[in-house]
Amino acid sequence: MSRVSLTAMQVLVGVVALLLWHLLSTYPVFGVMLLPPFFFSNPVDVAQRIVKWFVEGTIWKHLWVTLTESALAFVIGSVGGVLVGFWFARKPVVAAVFDPYVKMANALPRVVLAPIFTLWLGLGIWSKVALGVTLVFFIVFFNVYQGVKEVSQTVLANARMLGMSERQLMRHVYWPSALSWMFSSLHTSVGFAVVGAVVGEYLGAAAGLGYLIQQAEGTFDVAGVFAGMFVLAAFVIVIDAVVTLAETRLLVWRPTAAENRG
Amino acid sequence: MVAAVSLQHVDIVFRLAGGGEYRAVSEATLDVADGEFVAIVGPTGCGKSTLLNAAAGLLAPATGDVRIFGERLAALNRQAGYLFQADALFPWKTALENVAIGLEIAGTAQTEARSRARDWLGRVGLANFGDRYPHMLSGGQRKRVGLAQVLIRDPKILLMDEPFGPLDAQTRQIMGNQLLDLWSADRKAVLFVTHDLEEAIALSDRVVIMSAGPAAHIIGDWRIPLARPRDIAEIKLDPAFHDIHREIWDKLKTEVMKGYVRTGGGAGGDV
Repeated sequence: MSRVSLTAMQVLVGVVALLLWHLLSTYPVFGVMLLPPFFFSNPVDVAQRIVKWFVEGTIWKHLWVTLTESALAFVIGSVGGVLVGFWFARKPVVAAVFDPYVKMANALPRVVLAPIFTLWLGLGIWSKVALGVTLVFFIVFFNVYQGVKEVSQTVLANARMLGMSERQLMRHVYWPSALSWMFSSLHTSVGFAVVGAVVGEYLGAAAGLGYLIQQAEGTFDVAGVFAGMFVLAAFVIVIDAVVTLAETRLLVWRPTAAENRG
Repeated sequence: MVAAVSLQHVDIVFRLAGGGEYRAVSEATLDVADGEFVAIVGPTGCGKSTLLNAAAGLLAPATGDVRIFGERLAALNRQAGYLFQADALFPWKTALENVAIGLEIAGTAQTEARSRARDWLGRVGLANFGDRYPHMLSGGQRKRVGLAQVLIRDPKILLMDEPFGPLDAQTRQIMGNQLLDLWSADRKAVLFVTHDLEEAIALSDRVVIMSAGPAAHIIGDWRIPLARPRDIAEIKLDPAFHDIHREIWDKLKTEVMKGYVRTGGGAGGDV
């Protein structure tokens, strides 16, 4: 399918969905309102709300707060995951000792930690950052751990034969290998950073997209809820595009699936 | 003259996961003189690569001695360059960076190392491929980058573990000739492992035959009386080549059959 017709089809799907939403929430079908406006609002109201947020500028503060929380959660979680992942992979005894606790901590649904973080760190951004960190940390940790453990034995033997010291092995072999695994999970970990921030805000905050949605919900303002969701979705898509850009720059050396000739 | 590589009564034993031992190589004694090209040929799984790893210092023999220019080898063999069978290039470095790395880690300034690496890439016919990553190169090109990566450090000994194994027949011949060209420029001691007897005879000064494993040992040692310089493709038409090939093959055949029976006729990987 050509690029143009594909785009046309994609737009068509969106238009049809919006149209159905609008019609079914505005006109009754055989006397029954299939999408009662009280529960489903309608596209026009939602669009007006989004425009209003941007025109009045109230949305920027919330976007900024969510972005800050996500970025902090991502950076702190990643740094922690890289360091601990490296440490565990290079010291199998440490890994073996901590193994059951790592599994336990990772098995815990992170949402239950949110109230504790709020209690410890208050309603400000740090309780949300902490929640995001617990999500990001484990993804990065497991990937880096795997990356360091699964360095090709041939590449490692080659590096040794070329005369690399332990420190040089770290820099030229283990580190790039671990980073490549981390970058390959970049989409997931950035996504989870945003999830942590928004869920944290939803459960108790004074600002942010999660707070915005939760506030609207509290006053049965369904248009506000939908508007919040659309803004959030757009926000995540933009972040994801930035991640894709970073990824292609950082992983130029990796074969893509199409050209992987083995 | 003291041998470049000298294996004296080397036994190599692997501990098995379930307890117990596997004696891969038994009583291997082999000298490689400085400047000599020696090929080790044997059936699949006979421990040729194991013996090479012992010469590289990647494996310690259970008993016996490995001596490099008369010195007992206790750690990695710093005098040797090793060309591996599998892909051993750093996938996150470009061809140029891969070739230069051996010098850079030894303390050569980056600009100097890079310019010498460019020179070496030229010598293996890849002058215009310096900025390609390994996955963008063909199998043969990757092997040539690997060769440059090893040779740029100017090792006194070259260890090669079926380096042309995964390549197609034509590429193997080209690589073989290229290897001989580079080798004849400054003759290093070469220990070349292969399961291809024709390749071994065409390249080497001496061909050593190993028995089928376990407890593989050396069962034959032939001097190859063919004149140098050689062309891999043409030398295979030489009557002298056929005579020596027949002689060695008679001995090797029985071992190959043993190895074939032992591995159930399947294509086993080298240990």
